[in-house]
Amino acid sequence: MAALINVPTKAKRGEIIEIRTLTSHIMETGFRHAAAGDLVPRDIITSFTCRYNGSEVFRADLFPAIAANPYLSFFTVAKESGKFEFEWIGDNGYASTASASITVE
Amino acid sequence: MPTTRRRFLSLAGGVTAAGTIPIVMLRPLNATPTMLNAAIRNVVGEAPIRTGKIKLDIPPLVENGNTVPMTVSVASPMTADDYVRSIHVLNEKNPQPNIGNFYLGPSSGRAQISTRIRLADSQKVVAIARLSDDTFWQIAAEIVVTLAACTEEVN
Amino acid sequence: MKFWRAIAVAALIAAAPVVLAGEIPPEMRRSGYSFMGPETRAMQDDDASNPGMLFVLDGQALWTKKSGSADKACVDCHGDARSSMKGVAVRYPAFDKTQGRPVTLDQRINLCRADHQQAKPLAYESRDLLALSAFVAHQSRGVPIAAGDDPQLRPFVELGRDLFNQREGQLNLACTNCHDDNFDRRLAGAPVTQGQPTGYPLYRLEWQTLGSLERRLRSCMTGVRAQAYDYGAPELVALELYLMSRARGLPIETPAVRP
Repeated sequence: MAALINVPTKAKRGEIIEIRTLTSHIMETGFRHAAAGDLVPRDIITSFTCRYNGSEVFRADLFPAIAANPYLSFFTVAKESGKFEFEWIGDNGYASTASASITVE
Repeated sequence: MPTTRRRFLSLAGGVTAAGTIPIVMLRPLNATPTMLNAAIRNVVGEAPIRTGKIKLDIPPLVENGNTVPMTVSVASPMTADDYVRSIHVLNEKNPQPNIGNFYLGPSSGRAQISTRIRLADSQKVVAIARLSDDTFWQIAAEIVVTLAACTEEVN
Repeated sequence: MKFWRAIAVAALIAAAPVVLAGEIPPEMRRSGYSFMGPETRAMQDDDASNPGMLFVLDGQALWTKKSGSADKACVDCHGDARSSMKGVAVRYPAFDKTQGRPVTLDQRINLCRADHQQAKPLAYESRDLLALSAFVAHQSRGVPIAAGDDPQLRPFVELGRDLFNQREGQLNLACTNCHDDNFDRRLAGAPVTQGQPTGYPLYRLEWQTLGSLERRLRSCMTGVRAQAYDYGAPELVALELYLMSRARGLPIETPAVRP
C-alpha cells in the first residue's frame, strides 16, 4: 500500500526544509468492538524513523490516538545531497519503508 | 423529586449532548485526569513544569474527533547546545493518555511537528517539550469535539 | 391568486427549465466543501496531506497491473488514464446498452473486469475497487459534472428523484427534507449540506477511510432508521444518478475529504 512522501528535491545548504509523510495504515485502536461484541485487536504503527544519509534526524512513538493513515510533518537542516529513508514499524510484525532523494547546492 | 419519564429523557439528552458521562461509565479504563497526571510525571519525572516557549495549534472546535490536525512548535534556536530533545502530546479522556512522542535534535533546524490525532471526546490536550538543558515546558488546550449527527454500524 | 401562480411558474420556466419547484437552482448549488471548516479544507486542498491520495496512488498501480485469465491490465486497452479517463467520471452513472440500465463507475469497472479481463468482480467497498474508482475519477478533477443527459436515462433519473423525495424510515424523513429544505442549518453540531456528490469516492474522517457514494447513502438511510438498500441495488443506482444530475455543473473533487 501506498505512502506519500513530500521532500523538496532541491535545497540550499543550511536551509531548513519541511518533510511530510502520509502512509496507509488502519491504526486499529484495540478499544473498539465488532458488531458481535468481540474486541477488535490492536493493530497500529508504533514507531516512525527518518534517517538522512544514515543518521537519524527524527523519530516518533505512536499510540492508538494517532489517526488512521498517519500523517507526520517535521523539519530538518539540508546539509548535503543524499537520501532520506523512512521506516514505519508496528504491531503484528508490520514494517514498511520509503525513501526520497535531495540535491543540496 | 420523582424521576418522571420526561425528566429522564431530558437528563439523557443532556448527557448525550455533552457526550461525556456514558463513555466514562461504560469504559472505566478511560484516561482520567489522574492518569493524565501520571503520564505527565512519566515524561518529566520530578522536574518542575514551566509554561511558555511551547505552542499548541489545534482547532478549538473539531468537526470529527477521528482526525484532528495538530501542530506543536517550540521557541528554540535549535543549536548544538540549545535545542529541543523531545515533544510529548497527551490527552485527558481517551482510553489512553498518550498520543505521541516526537524526538528532535539540533539537526532539526526548527522545533515543530504536525500530525493528526484522535479525540474520543471534548477534552484537554497537553503538549510538553523537553529541552537540551532538561527543562520541561508545557501547554494545554481545551478542545470541543463535535459528535457526528448520524453514525453507521461498524461493518 | 391564479395570476400570481402563473407568473411564478412562468418565471421558473424562463429561469431554469430543468429545475422543478423545491429543487436548488443551479447558481445556488454548493459542494460539501463549502460547508467544511478550514482544517478539513486544508486537508483536501494539498495532495501531500490528503489521505484520499493514498488510494489514488494504489489505483494508479492497479491500472497497470494485469488481472484475470485474459492477462490484461486497464492500461492495455485504455492507455494513459490522464487522457483516456479525463471527463469520464462526470458522466456516471451512465447508461449501459447491454444491461439496459444505468451502471455506476464501480459497476463499470467490474463489467470491464468480466468482459475484457476475464477477472472476478471486486467487492463493493473493497480497497481495490475504491482505489481504481478514485484513480479514474481523479482524472476528472475540476471537470464539471454532466451526468444524466442521455435520454435513455430519463426514467432512472425520475426514479431517483422520486426516491429522493420519498419519506422513509422511523424518522419519516426524505432526503429532500434535509438537503433541499434545510441545508446550511445544523443537525446536532454538524452542518447539513446540499448532498452534492462532487468528490466520491471520498475520504470521510468519520470512516477513517475512503468510501463510495453508495456507502454514504446507506449511512444516511441508517441515520433516518430506514432499511438501507443493498450495494448495487437499482434504487441506490437511481438515487446516485439523480444526485449526480442534481449536481450538474459542479466540478469533480475526487478524492474529496469530508468530516
